[in-house]
Amino acid sequence: MSEERKNGARESDNLLEISDLHVQYNTDDAVVHALNGLSLKVKKGAKLGLVGETGAGKTTLALSVLRLLPAGVGEITEGSIIYDGDDLLKQPESFMLGLRGEKISMIFQDPMTSLNPTHTVGDQILEVLDLHFHEMPREEKNRKVDDILTLVGIPPARKNEFPHQFSGGMKQRIVIAMALVAEPELLLADEPTTALDVTIQAQILELMRDLKEKYNSAVILITHDLGVVAQFCDSVAVVYGGRVVEYGTVEQIYAREKNHPYTAGLFNCIPDLSVKAERLTPIEGRMADPRVVAQGCCFAERCKHCTEICKSRAPSAYEEDGHGILCHLFTKKEGA
Amino acid sequence: MFVRKSKKSLSEYSTGELVMFRFRKNKLAMFGVVLLSIIVITILLAPLISSYDAVVEMNMADRFQSPNAKYLFGTDEFGRDLFARILYGGRISMFASLAVIGIAFVIGAIMGGAAGYLGGRVDTILMRAVDVLMAVPSVLLAMAIITALGNGVWKLIIALAVSQVARFARTVRASVLTLRNVEYVEAARCFGASSLKIILKHILPNGIGPIIVSATITLGQTILSISSMGYLGLGVASPTPEWGTIISENKMNIGTYPYLGLIPGICICLAVMAVNFIGDGLRDAFDPKTKN
Amino acid sequence: MSWLKYTLKRLLMLIPVIICVTFILYVILSFAPGNVAWQILGEDATQEQIAQLEAEMGLDQPLLVRYGKYMLGVCRLDFGTSWFGGEDIAKLFLGRLPFTLLVAVLSILFAVALGCPLGIGSAIKQYSLMDYGVSFVAMLLTSMPAFWLGTMCQILFCLTLKWLPVSGVGTWKHYVLPSVILGANTLASMIRMSRTSLLDVIRQDYIRTARAKGASEWKVIMHHAMRNSLIPIVTQIGITFAGVIAGAVVTENIFAIPGVGVLLINAVKARDVPIVMGTVIFVTIIVGMINLVVDIVCALIDPRIDFAS
Repeated sequence: MSEERKNGARESDNLLEISDLHVQYNTDDAVVHALNGLSLKVKKGAKLGLVGETGAGKTTLALSVLRLLPAGVGEITEGSIIYDGDDLLKQPESFMLGLRGEKISMIFQDPMTSLNPTHTVGDQILEVLDLHFHEMPREEKNRKVDDILTLVGIPPARKNEFPHQFSGGMKQRIVIAMALVAEPELLLADEPTTALDVTIQAQILELMRDLKEKYNSAVILITHDLGVVAQFCDSVAVVYGGRVVEYGTVEQIYAREKNHPYTAGLFNCIPDLSVKAERLTPIEGRMADPRVVAQGCCFAERCKHCTEICKSRAPSAYEEDGHGILCHLFTKKEGA
Repeated sequence: MFVRKSKKSLSEYSTGELVMFRFRKNKLAMFGVVLLSIIVITILLAPLISSYDAVVEMNMADRFQSPNAKYLFGTDEFGRDLFARILYGGRISMFASLAVIGIAFVIGAIMGGAAGYLGGRVDTILMRAVDVLMAVPSVLLAMAIITALGNGVWKLIIALAVSQVARFARTVRASVLTLRNVEYVEAARCFGASSLKIILKHILPNGIGPIIVSATITLGQTILSISSMGYLGLGVASPTPEWGTIISENKMNIGTYPYLGLIPGICICLAVMAVNFIGDGLRDAFDPKTKN
Repeated sequence: MSWLKYTLKRLLMLIPVIICVTFILYVILSFAPGNVAWQILGEDATQEQIAQLEAEMGLDQPLLVRYGKYMLGVCRLDFGTSWFGGEDIAKLFLGRLPFTLLVAVLSILFAVALGCPLGIGSAIKQYSLMDYGVSFVAMLLTSMPAFWLGTMCQILFCLTLKWLPVSGVGTWKHYVLPSVILGANTLASMIRMSRTSLLDVIRQDYIRTARAKGASEWKVIMHHAMRNSLIPIVTQIGITFAGVIAGAVVTENIFAIPGVGVLLINAVKARDVPIVMGTVIFVTIIVGMINLVVDIVCALIDPRIDFAS
């Protein structure tokens, strides 16, 4: 595992490489800075968990990769998104059309609203094939739709039904089927289980794991649930205030030996049955105001270990064996 | 601007403050407010600008005078001062429109409020009545009432008000229903607040948005209805001036003297447009999600 | 077949509404000032003549009895006769209906054919110069009284430029201006409705899903947004129909079209109660039917609407 990881430092192995990405939303009331120099690398076939609380910029990141930020509001101001050697931010829209759905597909957060209410679910899955595989014969397309529906556990006979005739869990399966039918290289799964109850959640994760094995796609699983990440992913990136504040393998991060104070705070919010504790320890304070770009570390105001330098200067990355932490606490140690 | 200037975050402002803030930022709405203010103030000050005598006084020597320094808007076939007629006609048009909305609002609010708040059989009966009233196109209902009552400003006001009651009743009921079961109303009820107090303190301030918006938009339509009725010869009768009647009585001469049609028409347009801009602005301010 | 059952059910539901409408109208119109017989007979009528006519017309009977008799007549499609002209109301109405319907339908076609593309175009190009222009025109059209626009256009196009006939019916040219004037208001509401509706749909999650599939902007709009945004537009067409029929009163007056509107306004002025009554009931039935058609069309577009419920 670690052997593979060391070799994996080679550029060509990175399917997706995001560096110094800045995204802002220009609303009527204010400019909201959603991403502030976010950098991230995803290897081919990797399962990356993107963790962070609501408003950290996770969904913005996924939409930026697809260049689907709300038109006229969301704006990428800086940075680059290199996908398979191409900088997506410099490509024409026609290039993106070929990429979306075929090479990169996305599972959206809310299955209830992600399906078009006036089209049958079969047609909606078929559309992906129609858009990208012009030469494929109709029968083969239909067979593929049936296959993927069977795979996600929906009887193909129901493909002529409309979304409102399905339950929430089934809709999410359909959304997943739609995202996977073209066998994409990269799957962006934006909280695919948040809207579902726990039993269905486990089934969906199991399903995604099976599908991942079958097609060997890289997956970015966006979630705020550390438990889901532990179940599904092999590496983790923790996002706070529009930056990746910590990244590493699941083992490195869940070892809880060296963690960013924010990640440590997240762990403290999870009930641990092995330790007898009166109550959970929440992270003090609220998310920093996204309308203001922080001078120093974006977590400084809530951090227990905050020092003067944290407030004035942004921390640089401390890295050890592929485990990176964006915190003065560790860079200082390094320097000393 | 609002956010960056002050340290308060958005959530610290009351609903009313937010609505006012959004409304003030809407340029078209502010234009509407200015325009309507000019119209209303001019109309209110009419007696200072021109005496009522000029409205009815015929002066055959000055027939068909194009707009000039003496007659700002010119004169009609009887030599009457068009400016004075529009000025005083506007008083009737605007006053009657406001009266229609006022009456329709009060009756509608009582009906809709009772239906929404009391529910049960009261609701069923009142809403069936509303359904029936809504089944008849409101202009036709108004015409039927005019047939029964006859001509006259007040009769016209009553006819139009009755034909709008159903719409207000529905809007008010919908507002009350959405708020009736909201947590803070339940909480107030748990503390033993009386029905009246709950309605006045909790339901009214929070549910007033759609009602105000609906009233404003209906006001624009009512100004049009009243002038249309005047044009058709129902309601306000000549020589009493009213914007619609002014156009109607000059119908035959507009071809030769276009100002006789253009000026009163533009006055109606401006008044209605001002009200509509305000209505749209209020709708966006109360519910920014619908803003496009 | 479920929609057939639904249609029948809706038609049956229309009956009590019509009965209530008739009753309310009957009560309202019974307030029409007293001496009808005297008005009909003229000033020289003697007391005996008036009493005799009142008895003939049944005006001496109590309101409910009169209403009952009227409704019995309505069931046989007998809406009574005009007080002053003596014509049969049903015949009178049906004779004039084609003119009104023709102008109404033409005006709606005009409004839809022009308004929807304009609204959709300005939604797609939101905040563009065209969007502002179209919105302004829509605002102007809603703020303009139809009688004024009609009169001014009549003077310009018919009297001054002599492009179109001034008034009356006959050739297709006679219907151009009335349809456009009657449709002006509907045009404005079509523009606004289709713009709002499409903008609303474009914001939905499933449109983002379609984009994420790699569908081009054109496909997203045509294939995914259009059908969904049609639902409120169709509903709006139904709502405006009532307004169009009412607006016909004004337009027919300006252009001297012998339709229902002129019939109604003359009856209102003359206080010919049976005509007013019959016309309003007929129009209410027509509007009710239109709403039914609209609901069925909506259900055909939107699979979420179930006829059974």
